[in-house]
Amino acid sequence: MTDPERSLFDVEEMEINFGPQHPATHGVLRVKIKLDGEKIMEAKPIIGYLHRGTEKLFETMDFPQCIPHTDRMDYVAAATNNQGFCVAMEKLLGITIPPRAAYIRMILAELQRLASHLVWLATHAIDIGAITPFFYTFRERDAILDLFEEYCGARLTLNTMKIGGVPFELPDGWLDRCSELVDGFNSHIDEYENLLTENRIWKQRTIGIGVVSAEEAIEWGLTGPPLRGSGVQWDIRKIFPYDRYDEIDFKIPIGKTGDTYDRYLVRMQEMRQSVRILRQCLDRLPDGPYMARVPKVLRAKDAGMVYGSVEAPKGELGYFIVTTEKATAPYRCRVRPPSFINLQMLPAMVEGHLVADLVAVIGTLDIVLGEIDR
Amino acid sequence: MSDDKPTTPPEEAPVGDQKAPDQATAPESEEKKEKQPLSDEEKVAKIAEAKARAAARKQESEEAEPKDPWEEKPVPPAHEDASDDSDAVALGGQVPGVVLAADRYAGEVTLSVPADRIVEICRFFKNTCNYKFLVDLTAVDWPERAEGRFDVFYWMHRFDDSKRLRLHTVVAEDVPIQSVTEVWKTANWMEREVYDLFGIVFSDHPGLERILTWEGFNGHPLRKDFPIEGIDTGAAIYPDVYPPGGGPQAEEADEEAGGAE
Repeated sequence: MTDPERSLFDVEEMEINFGPQHPATHGVLRVKIKLDGEKIMEAKPIIGYLHRGTEKLFETMDFPQCIPHTDRMDYVAAATNNQGFCVAMEKLLGITIPPRAAYIRMILAELQRLASHLVWLATHAIDIGAITPFFYTFRERDAILDLFEEYCGARLTLNTMKIGGVPFELPDGWLDRCSELVDGFNSHIDEYENLLTENRIWKQRTIGIGVVSAEEAIEWGLTGPPLRGSGVQWDIRKIFPYDRYDEIDFKIPIGKTGDTYDRYLVRMQEMRQSVRILRQCLDRLPDGPYMARVPKVLRAKDAGMVYGSVEAPKGELGYFIVTTEKATAPYRCRVRPPSFINLQMLPAMVEGHLVADLVAVIGTLDIVLGEIDR
Repeated sequence: MSDDKPTTPPEEAPVGDQKAPDQATAPESEEKKEKQPLSDEEKVAKIAEAKARAAARKQESEEAEPKDPWEEKPVPPAHEDASDDSDAVALGGQVPGVVLAADRYAGEVTLSVPADRIVEICRFFKNTCNYKFLVDLTAVDWPERAEGRFDVFYWMHRFDDSKRLRLHTVVAEDVPIQSVTEVWKTANWMEREVYDLFGIVFSDHPGLERILTWEGFNGHPLRKDFPIEGIDTGAAIYPDVYPPGGGPQAEEADEEAGGAE
């Protein structure tokens, strides 16, 4: 029966596909993995299943028409996508937006960051086996989406910013409802942390998994929480403040070891910081117009190029816009998608780990395939 | 009956249009009659008065506080020479004659450098000027341009003083450019994406494969001559079975179906 040539300790490689139709890949990510038993020898992410040619579409549209298409990239954080495009366009056209518009934008963007992090927490926890946080986080996320719906009529694809400001004034009573949500939010974060932070199973599944050193993180171009989890204090809101983030007092939480648990802690702290930013924005919201005076037809003056970026929930989201003289549409609009560049690190992070850890690492990178494939 | 319907609205519309001008002109003609008695002297006085009022208003607006920037007309950025930029000077000192142009636009410095020395230049910026972080790498297609079809851009970040610098090279069609994956690992997927969408070949790249479209896809979507409505890719995902350029033709499929019957 037993083959003397084959002992229990032989390496037997097996190649399997993880995804694209797998709930733990957060969309249509396919990872080709070579396994030795449960151990991952090699992993190769294969993407492009959701490629819609957004960058090509941008070239055929007037500047304001591009904004709804930005919603469809990172579809769980549409407001920050809008913001990124508007910030880049305002840099190109030389528009200064009124303070009220900037504050409304910051409120929307921070609400969006909370909503995005809640989706991340829910799915990350459910991937690892903790089902309960899902029900808690989606309760709060729904409250945030209700606020969005009340403001702009949409819950996911918001289209809620315009080049030069925001499209609407806040509805009556919106600020009170937002304020109520913000005041209670820290206690909700405590609830999630009670479920996970000191949970033994959670710690066993996340500590020491997918460790990234600071040097590696920079070399691989990580941004956002994966970079900060490795201890690099880097946040676009601080180093290149857009809108009015320079007037707001907040901290950049960083991790120490750069493992999955650290990135979890960083995101939880970021949510608390978002609450802090929201509180300040709501208290200081200035009066005045919500749109700058911009021409009816937006037209670039010279041939030129600008790069504008914002701190999206996933990392640095940049728009590189190239125009020709007197153009009303971008000649080329490149999106620097944080998820795309963060995902690149996946093979280096999972090799040598177990298959179950691959799920944890995909979760901790917080990818959105709509943005990766564009 | 159906023929009458489209004709009736145009008949009604002109009637309404004719009425409107009558009503509008009637009060004007009355005013004109009242105004006629004005003598020339009075006219002169009135004109002088209006002029004085306009002057006063102008003075007021000049004295008034300057408007907020969001009320003013937007001021687009302008191109400036950036050859005095510290990094341009440093690069010029290290490798003379390599900075072909230096431009500052909207606060962003772009240095144009020759494509055949890009790895050397990138390594210089990473190791000597401390640009440890490659933010973005992308390309732009200019099909009509004589000196080379593609622009390739490298957008770098320095942590010490949060400075960003853009390198710009021109690459002709079908001419490979050296990969910078040796300098920054993160360039790997960015170069694959540029290869996939523009067809620029990066030599010495560890695995230059298509990334967003599939292997066997015919064409490079972000080139300007690629049709926006897309191409018939058919079943080109099997390049061995169906050569790139389209899948099985519809007519052939019909014939086969007919033959089977």
